[in-house]
Amino acid sequence: MDLDFTADEDAFRAEARAWLADHTPATPLPSLETEQGFAAHREWEHQLAADRWSVVSWPEKYGGRGASILEWLIFEEEYYAAGAPGRVSQNGINLLAPTLFEHGTDEQRARVLGPMAGGEVIWAQAWSEPESGSDLASLRSTAVRTAGGWLLSGQKTWSSRAAFADRAFGLFRSDPATPRPHQGLTYLMFPLDAPGVTVRPIGRLDGKPAFAELFLDEVFVPDADVIGEPGQGWRVAMSTAGNERGLTLRSPGRFTAAADRLAALWREAPDPVLGERVADAVIGARAYQLFTYANASRIAAGSSIGAESSLNKVFWSELDIALHETALDRLGPYGTLADDAAEAPSHGSWAEGYTFSLAGPIYAGTNEIQRDIIAERLLGLPKGRR
Amino acid sequence: MRFLLTDEQREFGRTLDGMLGASGTPAAVRAWASGDHKPGRHLWARLAEAGVWGLAVPEEHDGTGLLPVELTVAFGELGRHAVPGPLAETVAAAAFLDRLGEEAAAGEWLPRIATGDAVVSLGIGGPYVLDADAADAVFAVQNDQVRITRRHGAVQPSLDPARRLARPLDGTLLAQGPAVAAAAAHATDVARLATAAQSLGLGRALLAETVAYVKQRTQFQVAIGSFQAVKHRLADTLIGLEFARPLVHAAALAVAAGAPSAGRDLAAAKVASGEAAYAAARTALQLHGALGYTEELDLSLWIRKARALRDAWGTPAECRARVLAD
Repeated sequence: MDLDFTADEDAFRAEARAWLADHTPATPLPSLETEQGFAAHREWEHQLAADRWSVVSWPEKYGGRGASILEWLIFEEEYYAAGAPGRVSQNGINLLAPTLFEHGTDEQRARVLGPMAGGEVIWAQAWSEPESGSDLASLRSTAVRTAGGWLLSGQKTWSSRAAFADRAFGLFRSDPATPRPHQGLTYLMFPLDAPGVTVRPIGRLDGKPAFAELFLDEVFVPDADVIGEPGQGWRVAMSTAGNERGLTLRSPGRFTAAADRLAALWREAPDPVLGERVADAVIGARAYQLFTYANASRIAAGSSIGAESSLNKVFWSELDIALHETALDRLGPYGTLADDAAEAPSHGSWAEGYTFSLAGPIYAGTNEIQRDIIAERLLGLPKGRR
Repeated sequence: MRFLLTDEQREFGRTLDGMLGASGTPAAVRAWASGDHKPGRHLWARLAEAGVWGLAVPEEHDGTGLLPVELTVAFGELGRHAVPGPLAETVAAAAFLDRLGEEAAAGEWLPRIATGDAVVSLGIGGPYVLDADAADAVFAVQNDQVRITRRHGAVQPSLDPARRLARPLDGTLLAQGPAVAAAAAHATDVARLATAAQSLGLGRALLAETVAYVKQRTQFQVAIGSFQAVKHRLADTLIGLEFARPLVHAAALAVAAGAPSAGRDLAAAKVASGEAAYAAARTALQLHGALGYTEELDLSLWIRKARALRDAWGTPAECRARVLAD
């Protein structure tokens, strides 16, 4: 048993650190949840892609470096430690791309992955509906067969950054007559600027237009933009959901970097009361990092991570809130300033991080659902009423 | 990087689990709690045969040399089975004697510890030593002095019936000076690692027993394990234990390497595992209902040990402070 990095992995880390030191903007970009910030972050994606840092774990032919899981984790540690901008491409890279690698055709990969890696096409996930959140399988938006493709109609909501994205991917009901609701669903990619698409931004708690509703009125999608077989969308989507809840959504580097910054903040005027909570944040971030290294080792040894990914999701989402609440408490009167207040500490990063952290227990499968999954699939407890 | 136990390490754990599972440890615990150490010492001898006590004894005294990862595997099983006795204290005493540089004492005690012939206890600071009445010798460290004694004050029963405390009395001065503090620091590291691993095993047992219980206990014509409140509480228990475990392994690796981060890593492992196991005990008690509140239920032996192990060899407050001290 060891926690050692090879010389090559150390070299990779050093290369990433050097590039990030040279290129990370000195002043943080405007929030990527705003129109101006989104554009600035898209420009950052171009910079990453130009030097093959945008999708390091992808094969080289799609713009990556063929990095291993451990190398990807290393890159993420350096990325967050450098304070590099948020990834506006994350929905595509973390959710759509793994689906294309697993269920897509060569043609789809050739067409979609390059522009995704380059930041030319930014993707939104069109998943939830007003009546279908945790109970996603009950979704009602339809895909009706037409010549050469499908017509999408219905409504999607809570689609992160859909106000500014170029295309979206989601599940639609292609066969309303199936006995169980999760049958008869099809997974499609579609443009957000097509006729029939209306995007309505929704302000989140701090007013930023972070997500949007999508209204679809017979939006045409060609057959080539169906992923997997029509009617198999649920199976295709669940492998996406597995990634969303697993190793790829929130890498430990995000939290170890935040915990280090919190500890540094606390050390400016250490006090024992807040110190306990700071210690818990440091310990929690380290625990998540080590847990992930163990999972990476398991994957390298041939195992796969199944329902165990639900453990991750509950842990990091609650760690993130606790960490940020501690930071705000430490900042005292300055902890109540909005992230775009001129006098906000650290360019508003603690405030923005706090507001964002509140969503963690909700997205990527609510923590209530995750706890049900942990109890039922990992502990073998019987299903009951939810 | 391969941050996984080896097949040999896992097999070692399975062997201990099988042996302890067949040994009727609750009876040994209850006997120990009443001052009858015979069944516990029989277990001790079986553990010696399996090589547990040699894990902190240097090779020249018939041990394997300090093997921190194997130590965590062994102590995980000791915790899983709520084995009574000065377990961490004995391996820590071995580590202490190994570092102290008093050859006569090392030569006298280390081989006997390795073979299981000697049960010893160790106290560093504080008023009490664990199981002084069962030990063949107590090493009592106060500041830069260590005394060895067999005399102790009246046994104080504790909230864990299997943990009997006493003040070490009299004895002879074994050593004095900076070497004592250095050896005591190393011993504390070993005790902290062992206790953290023991907490994890205890917590896993508490969780497993409680899951089994709620699957078969019915009320309102369904298994109570189907209620979401019950499921979520057990899910949280699992989360606590799962995220403490890699901290314990990382601390073991740091001790093995003599890494500068070892002190901080041990503190993180200790607080996380102690709190996770204590939370498992609280959950076990609550989900067993009134049954969990009885002495008759064997699980009560596990439930009451969790709080003691949480605080032994590093309270959560001390450990949290230590994490930030570097």
